[in-house]
Amino acid sequence: MTAGVAAAPAGTLPGVKDAPRSAGAVGQTRAGWGLLSPFLVLYLAFLIGPALYGLVMSFFDGSSVRSGLGPFAGFGNYAEALSSGDFWSSMGHTVLFTVLTTPPLVIVSMLLAMLTDRIRRGRWFFRLVFFAPYVMPVTCVGLVFVWMYTPQTGLFASALGSVGITAPNWLADPHWAMISVALMTVWWTIGFNFVLYLAGLQDIPRELYEASAVDGAGPGAQLARITIPLLSRTTLLVTMLQILASLKVFDQIYLMTAGGPNYATRPVIEYIYDVGFTDFRTGYGAAASMLYFVVILAVSAVWFAISRRRA
Amino acid sequence: MPVSYPQGISRRAALAAGVVGVGTLAAGCASPVAAGIAGTGPEASSLTYWNLFTGGDGINMVAMTDRFRRTHRDIGINAVTLAWGTPYYTKLALAVIGNRPPDVAVTHLSRLPTLATGNLVEPLDAADLAAHGLTGDRFTPAAWRKGQVGGKQYAVPLDTHPFVLFYRTDVCKKAGLLDADGKLKPIDGTDGLTAALKACAKVTGGYGGVVNVNADPATCWRWFDTLYGQLGGRVLDDNGTRIVLDDAKAEKAFAFARELTVERKLMPSNIDGNGVTQLFGSGKVGLLFDGEWQIPTYQGAKTPFSVAPVPNVFGGPYHCFADSHALVLPRSERRDDRVRAESLTFVRGLLDNSLIWAKGGHIPAFREIQDSAAFRHMEPQSQYVPAAKAAVYDPAGWYSGAGSDFETIMGSAMSAVEAGQLHPAAAVAQLRRKLADYANKPAPVGGTA
Repeated sequence: MTAGVAAAPAGTLPGVKDAPRSAGAVGQTRAGWGLLSPFLVLYLAFLIGPALYGLVMSFFDGSSVRSGLGPFAGFGNYAEALSSGDFWSSMGHTVLFTVLTTPPLVIVSMLLAMLTDRIRRGRWFFRLVFFAPYVMPVTCVGLVFVWMYTPQTGLFASALGSVGITAPNWLADPHWAMISVALMTVWWTIGFNFVLYLAGLQDIPRELYEASAVDGAGPGAQLARITIPLLSRTTLLVTMLQILASLKVFDQIYLMTAGGPNYATRPVIEYIYDVGFTDFRTGYGAAASMLYFVVILAVSAVWFAISRRRA
Repeated sequence: MPVSYPQGISRRAALAAGVVGVGTLAAGCASPVAAGIAGTGPEASSLTYWNLFTGGDGINMVAMTDRFRRTHRDIGINAVTLAWGTPYYTKLALAVIGNRPPDVAVTHLSRLPTLATGNLVEPLDAADLAAHGLTGDRFTPAAWRKGQVGGKQYAVPLDTHPFVLFYRTDVCKKAGLLDADGKLKPIDGTDGLTAALKACAKVTGGYGGVVNVNADPATCWRWFDTLYGQLGGRVLDDNGTRIVLDDAKAEKAFAFARELTVERKLMPSNIDGNGVTQLFGSGKVGLLFDGEWQIPTYQGAKTPFSVAPVPNVFGGPYHCFADSHALVLPRSERRDDRVRAESLTFVRGLLDNSLIWAKGGHIPAFREIQDSAAFRHMEPQSQYVPAAKAAVYDPAGWYSGAGSDFETIMGSAMSAVEAGQLHPAAAVAQLRRKLADYANKPAPVGGTA
């Protein structure tokens, strides 16, 4: 690895004489590939290779307690997943989580960034406060929130109880469990979007505000006509990254509800984990992953299309 | 950041250095990778022992292993602890298939049929076992028999760990539930249990008892299995390919659990693991249904409590949930006679030291320890030995056993019933639907390709 770091941009080495143009281009291409090779080897070995192997596996009835791919299954695994109520309900839970978390994580982080950006003194403090939860490991956040959500004696239940409101059964009520996990996720991960928005805000030239103020624009008009439009690239980026991150939900649900109560929060990744590892059905698990991959791919394609059109 | 290079180094040299670097990296990976592909495995310098014990059990197991090391200096033990449940069983299976298995491993006996059908563990020769003093008559019969699959012995049981009844001696004394010796008086039938819970509730001014409901399907399954089993109910047959659920009995078991929580409010219908510990530890309930492995939790907190077998609520043949930890020899090409003998010596050594193991609440399966004066005086462990002797394990099936989806399916329905979210009849229908999904599938285990 160290060698790969030391050997940086070969084309700009000082003191190397310019070769004839065409030969230089060929040499540069070759050097480029050569320098890419450490990354490519790892990328092929640990990402592309396993992904292709997973695609192959999805057409076989493989098992983690048998060697080899197992008997050929054709599209059997796909047919089973597509007709499985459990697969679709877990897919639904993942989408529900995405719908519950994406709007607040985009809108609230934008608001927090705008407020922080207006502060003249001690801005570092608010940046730190809003970003700090993001660096905490999911196990700690999960544990702390499980305590706060504890029925009867937990912080939320007793706080609401003291003002005469009966708290819902946060993690135990099938209607509330996903909302509770979403609330925790918003608190935990908002810092990342917040930082992106803060950077976006700092890219907006101050003169625009000064010029608009001279023209008589109030704060409302400035927000609607300058800040939000000029943040639109950041908003697109934040929204797409957030949708992709939310679709990948697993850790906090696994830790806080284990997919319960009565399967009401099991996301699709936990379904894949359950069938692929707990039930040893690696072939079927691979097929379910491929279907899930198609969804992720479709979302990414939408993002790609939008950002290309705007560019 | 611009990087400047000394004049003498050409692009070619820099590239070559890069290639050498990658080569070194690859070579570094090569030996274990190559060993894995070639299936040569690690050198036979010492025995590798895999277990799934953390927390108090983990400390006890380390103490037992250390004691063995002191008495057998010629046998090195390389112990590896992995997270229990799916992570452990997945790694164990893949290690055997990848031909790098541990020499000795722990398993739950409820998982043994799957391991044996999958040809992942080695059958143990009766003569080999006898040479190390490991014969059926020296073990709890139920546990020894469960170590057999298809007439062959595959596992040597270490313990039996049943689902039991914890009781607060202070609360129960005030409730008049203790006899002259300070032991819980026998509780009979649903009426008896309801009355006992009511008496405790009167003392605490709140709930009478508790069993975990939220986010813990395994405990919910243990409670359901205990009740349903007492009605004589069974869930699966023919290695999990046939569902033999008795709808009426299952509904009755569900209805009783629901009666205690939702209708009579004698037990909380919304409680998690922390809440259970808090309620029982602070004396806000008198009775607790849980696994005996929770004993160290309350001993550590100096809670005044004791333990009894779960009462026979439905009056059928006695039944309570139980499982066993056992030792197996995973299938291995490198196991010659010497390694096998050393492995069995180690197994025997752990059994000889299993009085330490009993501290964790488990009933030692090895009779020499179970019948010893030291164990018979161990409180409260010696109080529920009958529960271990009456152990009935999870039904055999590729999707069944400790930490399996079978337990999750059964427990999720029970949890929803206790929380009042699902009616008993609907819970039975849900069980049938979810189990059918598994029973009708070809097992992904066995028939090694």
